[in-house]
Amino acid sequence: MKRIVYREWRLQPERYWGLLAILGAVAAIAGLAALYMEHHGHWVTGMTNQVVWGTPHVFAVFLIVAASGALNVASIGTVFGRTAYKPLGRLSGLLSIALLAGGLMVLVLDLGRPERLVVAATTYNFKSIFAWNIFLYTGFMVIVVAYLWTMAERKVNAYSKPVGYVAFVWRLLLTMGTGAIFGFLVARQAYDTAILPPMFIIMSFAYGLAIFILVLMFAYHQDKRPMGDVMLFKLKNLLGVFVAAILLLTLMYHLTKLYGTKNHGVEAFILMTGGIYTAMFWIGWILVGCLAPLGIVYHPVLGKDRTWIAAACGMVILGGLAAVYVIIIGGQAYPLEMFPGKTILASGFHDGVAGAAAWYSPSIPEVLLGIGGVAVALIITAVGVRVLQFLPESLSDQVVDPHVAAKG
Amino acid sequence: MTQEHDKVDGARRSFIGAAAGLTAATVAPGVILHTVAAAPRAEAVTDKVRWGMLIDTAKCADGCTACVQACDRENGLDLQIKPEGASEQMWDRQRAVWIRKVQVQDNLTGRVTNLPMLCQHCEHPPCVDVCPTGASFKRADGIVMVDRHTCIGCRYCMMACPYKARSFIHQVVAEKLTATPRGKGCVESCNLCVHRRDHGEASTACADACAAAGHHAIVFGDLTDAGSAVSKAMAAAASRQIREDLDLNTGVRYSSI
Amino acid sequence: MANAVVRGLLAVTGLVWALGAQPVAADETFVTPGSNAAGLTSCVEPTDFMRRNHMEIIKHQRNTVVHQGIRDSKHTLAGCIDCHVAPGPDHKPVSVYAEGQFCHRCHAYAAVDVNCFGCHATVPTPATASKAASGEFGPDVAQVPDQGAAAGGNRP
Repeated sequence: MKRIVYREWRLQPERYWGLLAILGAVAAIAGLAALYMEHHGHWVTGMTNQVVWGTPHVFAVFLIVAASGALNVASIGTVFGRTAYKPLGRLSGLLSIALLAGGLMVLVLDLGRPERLVVAATTYNFKSIFAWNIFLYTGFMVIVVAYLWTMAERKVNAYSKPVGYVAFVWRLLLTMGTGAIFGFLVARQAYDTAILPPMFIIMSFAYGLAIFILVLMFAYHQDKRPMGDVMLFKLKNLLGVFVAAILLLTLMYHLTKLYGTKNHGVEAFILMTGGIYTAMFWIGWILVGCLAPLGIVYHPVLGKDRTWIAAACGMVILGGLAAVYVIIIGGQAYPLEMFPGKTILASGFHDGVAGAAAWYSPSIPEVLLGIGGVAVALIITAVGVRVLQFLPESLSDQVVDPHVAAKG
Repeated sequence: MTQEHDKVDGARRSFIGAAAGLTAATVAPGVILHTVAAAPRAEAVTDKVRWGMLIDTAKCADGCTACVQACDRENGLDLQIKPEGASEQMWDRQRAVWIRKVQVQDNLTGRVTNLPMLCQHCEHPPCVDVCPTGASFKRADGIVMVDRHTCIGCRYCMMACPYKARSFIHQVVAEKLTATPRGKGCVESCNLCVHRRDHGEASTACADACAAAGHHAIVFGDLTDAGSAVSKAMAAAASRQIREDLDLNTGVRYSSI
Repeated sequence: MANAVVRGLLAVTGLVWALGAQPVAADETFVTPGSNAAGLTSCVEPTDFMRRNHMEIIKHQRNTVVHQGIRDSKHTLAGCIDCHVAPGPDHKPVSVYAEGQFCHRCHAYAAVDVNCFGCHATVPTPATASKAASGEFGPDVAQVPDQGAAAGGNRP
């Protein structure tokens, strides 16, 4: 195939610095929000002793899951040998590092004692998946940097396949580790299931790819580089497959839980009586996150329109945030089932009187911190493509697939 | 044959008398020493002892919160102050609680049961499994607690606890007792009054308060010692763990529920 | 030439500053007047040793207390506070980490902020409620004294 030329992102300086200024301001506000939460303590947030993980964790888990999925495009090129995806490998690696960094930043800044990060990095209890995740996340960054090196440095191109394989396997372990955070918990009805790790893997494919497509479209549009339909439609159709897979895994999760009577309570809560959580599930997770994008992607007319494709990616992202919200916060809001067959009439510690869900409402500092993580990820990406030669000069049809040009 | 049974067996009587005397002589020093030894612990705890509790919910009185108030007082929880600017409802959801009263009603029979719920001090605690730094740990004598020098405040143990026993400190703490340090950003839960354990006191604040209130629903003691009050109480009546299907072998057991 | 002179001056200044920051003459004491420690010749260990190593002792002892339950050590933090706390004008104990009090004097000078007192009590309080009732800690300490956020015990 034609030799791919990579060039730095040549956006006009005023627009580039303007973009960085906006993202920097958002990140700075997030930093202030984190400082505010740390100084006063978590009483300023909506998190309580019943819902202990809130909006920052929703953003953090979403970003970490998407980070692993963003590397998918590079893996398809390296591991699965699909030549058409190879030019996108560098951006894919950069984006995955950026998203992971953003997610980890949010997670660390929400700790009750963030100044004890050194303790977390030096003292380990290896039965905890959190401890393993520390190694999985940092190791992932190192491996992806090595992967990028093998892709970008001609002399070590030969190593790109073995390193790519390692990155692929590591990524699956990382996403399973993130899903296992919840899957390993026996305490809560919504968790304690082996399907959460693979469900997180499938979600990562879709969310990572959706973010990747949007970043790619934005970068190329701003720099007026050509992106042909061949490449775009490949990515779009792949997104459709991943979103369909999310629907399948979601169906499996709920059908399995619905089968056993002991889980009827939590299923009724999520699917019917959970108020905001039910709305987030049906409208956010299913409708906006899965059905609408599927409709757009496979529509004969809409699926070929760039604006609609971008809209579909945006919907997948919003649906992903809603899904993580339902899993993390909905899972905590549903009361613990300590007395099956009994109803709690009164409790001194909000144990779910008459089956009532725990109260939670996102507070402004939490939301600002979460959005700050997104901003940090985008800053890293913007600086990366500006400074490094990671974006192919052209993704036009002739470059991507010479046979198309031949067909005319 | 009846004549032989009518005769008093003198040898047997004196044997029993001597045995009883010997037993008393052996046990008595232990009884006396036990009440005198109220000194700080000098040697490391071992697993020769496992602290536990039996709670008889039939004796737990409706509306009584003696155990909760005693725990609050003993462990400095009543010194918590609502932060300025926090609403009452939020403070009620965010303040630390170690033991609470719960009232449940059976869906079929309508029978109402009252019980205190606290950290169950499991033998296989999920909170210890999930703590990334090992701050949440089980002491050799079975007490599950948090080493708050190592706790980073991630709250994963709170997610993992099947009894929602843990509390996170959401605010700067102004007033604290020497025996029970407490600070913003860490997680804590009932530690079976570990400062009392280590200073040689016999029981926990909640057990003492329940006895003082006349209910005697909470019996505390050494589960490995067959002669302790708690072991005898467990031998006398059927008891169970809450959420026994999780197979955690809790140190706190409940009867009449 | 001028460069060399400036660099030399900076080096000498830095050296003098660093040397000046070393612990002062052995006979100056940081013990607060009115505290129990003021009447004692030395701490639980020799003063020089304590000045250099008290943080190691505290770090080791906190593990033996929490994990092994050993409470009779002479190195307990509560023991430090019992000895080094001084009464204020109202004869009530003042937080050891308040400005001008024992811990704070050295730590402010050395610019090392410790967060022990975010969690630990800064004045002696009874070990258990029953001991408070017994009066073992003396008549002044029968109840929990007002430590207050203003006493400097909590730098968030």
